[in-house]
Amino acid sequence: MNETAVQERIVSSFRATRGRRRTANIVFFIAVTFCAFTVLLPLFSILSHLLTQGLRSINVDFLIRLPKPVGEPGGGMANAIVGSLILLCIAVLVGVPIGLGAGIYMSEYASSRFASMVRFVTDVMNGIPSIVYGMFAYAVFVLPMRSFSALSGGAALGIMMVPIVTRTTEEFVGAVPQSLREAGLALGAPKWRVTLDIVLTSAMSGIVTGIMVALARVAGETAPLLFTAFGNHFWHSSLTEPIAALPLQIFAYAISPFDDWHRQAWAGALVLISIIFVVNLFANRYAIRQSHASHVKR
Amino acid sequence: MIELHFDEELLGLRRRLIEMGTRAEESVRLAMMTLTARRESLGQEVFKMEHKINNDEIEIEAEALRLIAQHQPVAKDLRFLTSTIKIINELERIGDLSVNIVEVAIDLMKQPLLKPLIDLPRMANIASQMVKDSLDAFVSNDSKKAKAVCERDDEVDNLNDQLFRELITYMIEDPGNIKRAVDLILVARHLERIADHSTNISENVFYIVEGKTIKHHHFAHEV
Amino acid sequence: MSNGSVRVRIEAAPKEAPAKTDDVKIQVRDLCYFYGKHRALDGITMDIKTKRVTALIGPSGCGKSTYLKVFNRMSDLVPGGRVDGKVLIDGRDIHDRETDVVELRRKVGMVFQRSTPFPKSIFDNVAYGLRILGVRDMSTLKQVVEKCLRRAALWDEVKDNLSKSALQLSGGQQQRLCIARAIAVGPDVILMDEPCSALDPTATARIEELILELKSEYTIIIVTHNMQQAARVSDETGFLFMGKLIEFGPTEKIFTAPNNPMTESYITGRFG
Repeated sequence: MNETAVQERIVSSFRATRGRRRTANIVFFIAVTFCAFTVLLPLFSILSHLLTQGLRSINVDFLIRLPKPVGEPGGGMANAIVGSLILLCIAVLVGVPIGLGAGIYMSEYASSRFASMVRFVTDVMNGIPSIVYGMFAYAVFVLPMRSFSALSGGAALGIMMVPIVTRTTEEFVGAVPQSLREAGLALGAPKWRVTLDIVLTSAMSGIVTGIMVALARVAGETAPLLFTAFGNHFWHSSLTEPIAALPLQIFAYAISPFDDWHRQAWAGALVLISIIFVVNLFANRYAIRQSHASHVKR
Repeated sequence: MIELHFDEELLGLRRRLIEMGTRAEESVRLAMMTLTARRESLGQEVFKMEHKINNDEIEIEAEALRLIAQHQPVAKDLRFLTSTIKIINELERIGDLSVNIVEVAIDLMKQPLLKPLIDLPRMANIASQMVKDSLDAFVSNDSKKAKAVCERDDEVDNLNDQLFRELITYMIEDPGNIKRAVDLILVARHLERIADHSTNISENVFYIVEGKTIKHHHFAHEV
Repeated sequence: MSNGSVRVRIEAAPKEAPAKTDDVKIQVRDLCYFYGKHRALDGITMDIKTKRVTALIGPSGCGKSTYLKVFNRMSDLVPGGRVDGKVLIDGRDIHDRETDVVELRRKVGMVFQRSTPFPKSIFDNVAYGLRILGVRDMSTLKQVVEKCLRRAALWDEVKDNLSKSALQLSGGQQQRLCIARAIAVGPDVILMDEPCSALDPTATARIEELILELKSEYTIIIVTHNMQQAARVSDETGFLFMGKLIEFGPTEKIFTAPNNPMTESYITGRFG
């Protein structure tokens, strides 16, 4: 068949299938839109429930008062809110240095075999049920200390953060172009300075995002706190004592028979979600701002 | 080695240069024939050819410049293009000199021969041969041949001196000979210049092929 | 003549052009470089002259970047890399046990293909090398930073904005910043690995101008795949192919009448 005949065949077949193509496009578009909404639906229903129930019960009292004894109405979750924040701070102090160090080691120093082994292990760790972390912290901190404590709870959460922080650190540090390291070394800087001054600074936005993601994840964990932080009806007096936490308090109130406590549980859930939401928001804004700064005018 | 489009263009330029050279060679031959055979029609041929040669120079130069500008040539290509521009200059001068010879020849035709022409044709042969050889050297990239042309220049110079001395005696003998003698001296002079230009062409050919220059050197101490 | 005290004005000595000598700064003798079993450089012998620009050209993969990296021992960073033969800078073997690699890298600076500004301010970028060396005094740092930015023809464009992030400069400015950074520590030799390949023609032209100015103070070795650039800026050119040095000589000779037919076919673009 000569060239023009072939061309004509192609053009006519193209014209003939036009209608079919349009229909296929539309059908596909409807299908994926449907999927998107299906995803959003449960999220929205949870959020709306949370907002309606929770907003009803939130008031200033809730935020600044201690829980009242069983049965008495009123009171708040001030200690739980503060307790959760303290636990998160401890978690960061525990999880971030370990995760950062491990991530840097894997990216800069480890052989690829060792690094892939560690990667595999951290992936497995990500999948471990959170209660197992709690049990680990129980065995390692609570038993020797002979008491439940904020430290053990924070440590449990911190260890949970490690796999995520390690992975993100490794990924973002690894993404720093080799030429940047070479430039530092070529100036006569020793490797550790290149890693800290240049590589880490370059990867910082990604790492911080990773830390915030890990934080958001552990902020709402209940199981590890069950037998580490244990919960407290009052203010804790030291970090080696049991401490109240939002997830624990919500759990306790939700399974109680009291209506008032149910309402407070919703309010607590709303506060918890808000904290996580704010952390995520900051993570997002920070990441976007950093990426703008580093990708201008190439 | 890969073939470039540039190579085609260089080849085209080469061909044109050879054509121009052939015209120059021919014009020298015809000019001498005009003198020896005393036929004015031959002279007219030389005039026509000189126009073509001038045209060639303009066109070839423009083409060479275009190739230099567009291709930023280096090494041999660069030497070839810059030398081409110099060679066409020399060829154009040879064309002009042929016309000058014809003009003198036409004048001389009006009078009887002063003396039998022996040395002049000999000079013309050598000069002609030099033009031809320098073109051949260009065609076949033969640096030895080019050098040989440069070495013949002395022969022409010697013949020129010889003829000059001979014609001086004619002039002393009889002042009536002066005009014709001077004309012949002029022709000799033109031929000597043609030989010089051929030498220049050969030096350029040598430079293209070898990358070294043999200009302005006496061959006893060449590079 | 005035009476009383005579004030003598000491004129600055008239600027003489530095005498160009043919001193050799770097001697390379029979250099071979292996990584693993692969021989990337094969018996290279070359003299690099002081305060001249030496260009290294050759097709991709011929080893010119590898060769460049030997001079400041960045080649050490390649796992399994091994050097045979000698490289002498100012008469001293750089692979000697006694050589301080940090000092070597101070003396032999490097500018890379893609500009590599550190994620810091412009000032901190240029001052980085000095701070590594232990220079803490702010006034010294300021002085050196200004001098180097001027030398790199960048001062006028950034002098009001030294605390701006270096990442916000244009590609050409970043590359000049990297040059300023490299000269801040006072090297003798500057290595440049295709410094203009990521830049547009105007930025490239500025860097080439800069190179021509810098050579009065520094010995420069530049790797480039752009032959016209090598022809424009360098005094001597070396042609490498498959790890071997095919030809080395004055740039003017290499580009008008090279000795080796391989060199000729490469520079005329007929390399197949």
